[in-house]
Amino acid sequence: MIHGVLPYVLATILLGVGIYAITCKKNVIKIIIGVIVTEYAVNMFLILIGYRSGGIAPVLTRAMDKSEFINQSVDPIPQALILTSIVIGLGIVALMVAIAIRLYEKYGTFDISEIRKLRG
Amino acid sequence: MGNMLPLYVAIPLGTAFVLPLLGKSKRLERLCDVVAVVASTALLALVLTSLFEGGSATYWMGKWSETSIIGISLVCDGLTRLLLVTVNLVSFLAIIFSVSYMKKYRSKGLYYCLFFVMIAGMNGVVLSGDMFNLYVFLEIAAVASYALVAFGCESEELEASFKYLILGSVGSTFVLFGVGILYNVTGTLNMAQIAQAVSGKANNAVLMAASFFFMGFGLKAAMVPFHAWLPDAHPSAPAPISAMLSGVLIKALGVYALCRVFFNVLGMSAPFATVLMTLGVGSMVVGVLLAVGQWDFKRLLAYHSISQMGYVVLALGVGGEMLVKGNSALAGLAIFGGLFHLFNHAAFKSLLFLCSGAAEHGTGTRQLKELGGLMHRMPVTSACCRVAALSISGVPPFNGFWSKLIIIIAVVQAGHYALAAVTVAVSFLTLVSFVKVQRYVIQGELRSALSSIREVPVLMCCAMVLLAIICLTAGVAVPVLRDVLLEPARNVLLNGIEYAVVAMGG
Repeated sequence: MIHGVLPYVLATILLGVGIYAITCKKNVIKIIIGVIVTEYAVNMFLILIGYRSGGIAPVLTRAMDKSEFINQSVDPIPQALILTSIVIGLGIVALMVAIAIRLYEKYGTFDISEIRKLRG
Repeated sequence: MGNMLPLYVAIPLGTAFVLPLLGKSKRLERLCDVVAVVASTALLALVLTSLFEGGSATYWMGKWSETSIIGISLVCDGLTRLLLVTVNLVSFLAIIFSVSYMKKYRSKGLYYCLFFVMIAGMNGVVLSGDMFNLYVFLEIAAVASYALVAFGCESEELEASFKYLILGSVGSTFVLFGVGILYNVTGTLNMAQIAQAVSGKANNAVLMAASFFFMGFGLKAAMVPFHAWLPDAHPSAPAPISAMLSGVLIKALGVYALCRVFFNVLGMSAPFATVLMTLGVGSMVVGVLLAVGQWDFKRLLAYHSISQMGYVVLALGVGGEMLVKGNSALAGLAIFGGLFHLFNHAAFKSLLFLCSGAAEHGTGTRQLKELGGLMHRMPVTSACCRVAALSISGVPPFNGFWSKLIIIIAVVQAGHYALAAVTVAVSFLTLVSFVKVQRYVIQGELRSALSSIREVPVLMCCAMVLLAIICLTAGVAVPVLRDVLLEPARNVLLNGIEYAVVAMGG
């Protein structure tokens, strides 16, 4: 595992890029891409905290020694977490795109500053 | 008892799977209502029987060994039980209301399907004893609610849903980031083990995780300054869904998660308590100021949700501060007031949203200026609306009065006189804005345009009357509620990270 601050810095930068796209862009599709970038920032963070340089896949075969395996393998739990979070992300992106298509049908534009019937 | 815990998630998920299949066939579509009511009754019965047993229980999914760090646990303690009662009670009544109300929409099967997925997610959030599982259930409930907000597919509803979807998924991402940081620091995802590992060692990484949790759960709970989505999203949904979103979703996903993480997992500390108090006061004041000027019935109610959740979070913050100072009697009082107000808000706010739905069902509008004189034609709706308005404005003997009184007493005893004054002022403004609602909706002459309106169907009346009875009895029977529901919940928060001992046992 990398115990330094590098994963934190990288993930925060990427998260910042995503948040910038969400807050400053006017196009609905670009906002959706911003959300995807924030999701992948966190996924990258998770994969980096489980990473070990020169590590082996976390699969224990009969030939391996247990303590040697523990010293060499990467952490499998973050990989399981990312798999789940990618699937959740897919669901959310599908819903966002579906709503964006319906919005386009109703308003005839992807410009978020023209999609404002709600006030207050 | 412990073996029953997965049912809270399994029953609604199974129902959600069956309902769209029934909805496919024209002949079986009528069965949807029956199945939905039966399933929610079963859930409510399950919760109420667990109340008599009391105590706490832990269930390890798939019987993974309790000492390993891989197993996922479901934990049911006092706080969880309070939220389970609230969620399942309100959802039961909202489903009864939906049977008649949703007739004007097509595809009822899909509606109930999303409804039950949302219930499964909320029950899962409050039961989960594992940080990552909390995130997964939170997303299940949130995705279902995004879709439900857009259920009508009109342009306003789509716009509100899109806004909610973007902010909600950013909030979820923050929560996941926080979970990842905690995993990196402690090497485990189980809440109890995290609590044991980080207790008293607040390093920078834990503080970073805490700030992400504040932003993430703050977005879910619609605390000011993260409140922008709520006044659009809650009014746009169909009325029973508005009742669910305002009544329980922001509590289960936002306030419960804040409580659990900051009291039981990270452990309360002075800075956390200050942030909670700031969020609470900000929400209280901003919410009520924005609400006073509203002329759309449901939007007005949505702003009041922000304000009332401010009360709850303020009380929890004051309780946390007192807990850090070691004054656990006063901390207990403040937390008790907060949790009591959380329960009461679920009752009266869902009742108000159901009343606004009934008014809209009867008259076709929800603009206050176009309504008026409903007491002549819709006596049940008007009476229920009046009970709920009196409860939310804190008039004795209704439930809202007692919880606000306890919160104000606790805030004064904690020495925050200015905050207490603000709390009273906000309560007064709430009263003003509900006097306006009474004046424009219920009192006055019936408009000629509304001369043909009738009382809503009997099932909708049933749901509203039951909620009104809850509002009244919760105000009168405070001692019973205290012993059965609120004190066990309060003790969980008072014990702080001692939670770990309970959650790992059982």
